[in-house]
Amino acid sequence: MEFKPKREEKEIKYQETRIYSDEELHNYTEEELKNFKVKHPIPMCEQLESGPWPSFVADAKRGALHRKKLGQDRLMIERDVIEDLLGQLELSFEHGETHWKHGGIVGVFGYGGGVIGRYSDLQEQFPSIAHFHTIRVNQPASKFYNTDYLRTLCDLWDYRGSSMLNMHGSTGDIIMLGTFTEQLEPIFFELTHVLDQDLGGSGSNLRTPECCLGKARCEWSCIDTQDLCYELTTYYQDELHRPAFPYKFKFKFDGCPNCCVASVARADIAFIGTWRDEIRIDQEAVKAYIAGEIVPNGGAHVGRDWGKFDIQKEVIDLCPTQCMWMEDGKLMIDNKECTRCMHCINVMPRALRPGIDTGLSMLFGAKAPILEGAQLGVLIIPFMKAEPPYDNIKQIIEKTWDWWMEEGKNRERLGELIQRYGIPKFLEVLGIPPMPQMVKEPRSNPYIFWREEDVPGGWKRDIKDYRARHKR
Amino acid sequence: MKLSTERLGRYNPEKPMENRITDLGPRHFWQYFPPIIQRNYGKWLYHEILEPGVLVHVSETGEKVYTVRCGGARFMTTEHVREICEIADKHCDGYVRWTTRNNIEFMVDSLEKVEALKKDLQSRKHVSGSYKFPIGGTGAGVTSVVHTQGYIHCHTPATDASSMVKALMDELFEYFQSMKLPAQVRVSMACCLNMCGAVHCSDIALLGYHRKPPIVDNEVLESVCEIPLVIAACPTGAISPSKTETGKKTVKIKEDRCMFCGNCYTMCMALPLADKEGDGVTVLAGGKVSNRITPPKFSKVVVPWLPNNFPRFPEVCDAVKKILEAYAKDAKKYERLGDWAERIGWEKFFEKTGLPFTEHLIDDYRLQYDTYRTSTLFKYTEASWEVSRAAGGIE
Repeated sequence: MEFKPKREEKEIKYQETRIYSDEELHNYTEEELKNFKVKHPIPMCEQLESGPWPSFVADAKRGALHRKKLGQDRLMIERDVIEDLLGQLELSFEHGETHWKHGGIVGVFGYGGGVIGRYSDLQEQFPSIAHFHTIRVNQPASKFYNTDYLRTLCDLWDYRGSSMLNMHGSTGDIIMLGTFTEQLEPIFFELTHVLDQDLGGSGSNLRTPECCLGKARCEWSCIDTQDLCYELTTYYQDELHRPAFPYKFKFKFDGCPNCCVASVARADIAFIGTWRDEIRIDQEAVKAYIAGEIVPNGGAHVGRDWGKFDIQKEVIDLCPTQCMWMEDGKLMIDNKECTRCMHCINVMPRALRPGIDTGLSMLFGAKAPILEGAQLGVLIIPFMKAEPPYDNIKQIIEKTWDWWMEEGKNRERLGELIQRYGIPKFLEVLGIPPMPQMVKEPRSNPYIFWREEDVPGGWKRDIKDYRARHKR
Repeated sequence: MKLSTERLGRYNPEKPMENRITDLGPRHFWQYFPPIIQRNYGKWLYHEILEPGVLVHVSETGEKVYTVRCGGARFMTTEHVREICEIADKHCDGYVRWTTRNNIEFMVDSLEKVEALKKDLQSRKHVSGSYKFPIGGTGAGVTSVVHTQGYIHCHTPATDASSMVKALMDELFEYFQSMKLPAQVRVSMACCLNMCGAVHCSDIALLGYHRKPPIVDNEVLESVCEIPLVIAACPTGAISPSKTETGKKTVKIKEDRCMFCGNCYTMCMALPLADKEGDGVTVLAGGKVSNRITPPKFSKVVVPWLPNNFPRFPEVCDAVKKILEAYAKDAKKYERLGDWAERIGWEKFFEKTGLPFTEHLIDDYRLQYDTYRTSTLFKYTEASWEVSRAAGGIE
């Protein structure tokens, strides 16, 4: 099995792309780092250097020293940018308020997203972060990298930016934190010409899609998460770069119902891998679990003595649909009653595996609380085959977008639109029938919006006709 | 191709469209899979966590890939990324990956290589003492905290992120490096209600929150804001048009209707909310995204507000530890925090954690009735006796 990019990509060799020499990259000693003081007093920040968890302040300081020793002629923005950032952070702690100005519309020509404008409100005190624009770089699906790519990105970002990154932002992009307006276009040109890749999304457009690691290193993935993520990301580049939506729109792809990328909580469309045949059972391995020869749950609970594994207590009794039992030493599953919650599979990964007739469920409308409260995705499409070129999925996406772009109000997420119109309207838009699986339970009020065409004879009635039968 | 070093590089401001390339999308994933991953794509049979932070995945081809997972501050400098590259080149043929929760994963193909890799990772510390690459974050423990930007980059935060996460993970470090909890506990952090991190379905969520209504910057409002949009942005209808004494158009705020969401500030820079005394941290608990045993669910507010006590947030760390320790002691194997709270009843959650239950925790926004208890099914706790006493029901 092999997946190929839709277009030929330039190979990146760090030895060819690099800006800095090895000497420049190893330009300070541990002793110098220990004695290094940033130019602003930062006692509260420095307090965060102690303790076992990786200290971002300690890391920032070495970045600052590295830049200081590189010298300004090897850097396009001020070399003390990290020191100014730490200085402003310290002052923000002191004031209990952020010191970033509201907004700032900057970007690269022709795109409406990918760059977040940011300016300090203390520019005289911290001139090197007067501009601190962020660039979102679209990560490769599921965040595998090689070092040629990462080192090239580091040289680019030392040279034209702040040397500070987020690996990664909440939506999944590589976040390059902080540069000046002048360098935005040059960075974009280097990204596209040398790294042969694009920015991510921001603003009212398709945000950078994100997926779990899928079949690359997980036995449970029911779909090719990376391939689907890559296909839809590249297919919808226009929607990603040029905002034409009422608000943001997110795709996330989970390979199974364990939902490691939290699609069900945060994606306007959550794609969650599932199966429609039977859980595969290896009865010998079941026996081995019962005999205590295999550690349950992949060893996830070995830090405490939970006693001997008990299949009745830990698997069969915890099954939410009670569709499992033991018979003649064999584990039996009534698959038509199974809701594929994955608990039994999680507990006994060597004995149980998802089925082989796989596809995905589509859930719509999840979002964080802004504005009318948080929403989880609503199950609308129970099962859909997911195979290249994924035309069936694209059709559903486009019907959804057409409706949302037509009816959605400014800053109204898809989930809010579905609430405003109701699921029946959304089903009409998608051209699919209703099913009981869309609800937890049927409505408890009878306030049905009957339509005129639902009722024999329509709604036009004559009061005289009525009065002929009923006196006032 | 070499990265350019001219001031404006390949960009010609005279001809901005010259040589512009657009709509390339991301780089393709396949080239970044280590060869063992490529060879075994879709062929994995099962996995096992060998020790906290170390996993093995076994393929039907018989091959095994070993993963060593390390915690990471998601904020990192190029120096840190280059050190990751150095490790990846030395042990992993130049490949590395990040997880959704900011962990760094190094993969090798033999147990011998795992030992060398672990030794190397454990030996790397910052000069001030913290680990650069602590190994852990697997199974029934606490893995890295997903979080937002805070004071590092954001214009709307009600608290800071990187500092709170660092402080909290220092306190929870033993849970990162062990697997002794009843199930995994996912901690997430967002600096304001916009929740770039979508923390609302986490076992424990920390949320920056404002408590003072916006200040109206009357002098500039009409020139920097679309007033109808600002009015429409308020979910409670607390904003209405107004005029200053000098006749400038502005807005006024019905302060008792404000629930401090900050949506107006997102729409209009002339309505800042941030304030040292007002801003702080709300703690939520009991959410999850997995479908395992029970459906995904929201986190519930269990502490209405704690102060922004920079840089180490002792009150926040204390509240999280109280929740975690009560859960660790009381929950059954496989039971997620929210499932535990539902089984014992939320009244018992407050009793066992020792967190005070205040009126702020009773929903009075919309659809609040859904959260009211409409039965006689409850357990007696000290809080219930207090109500009975206050109502004259008992001595």
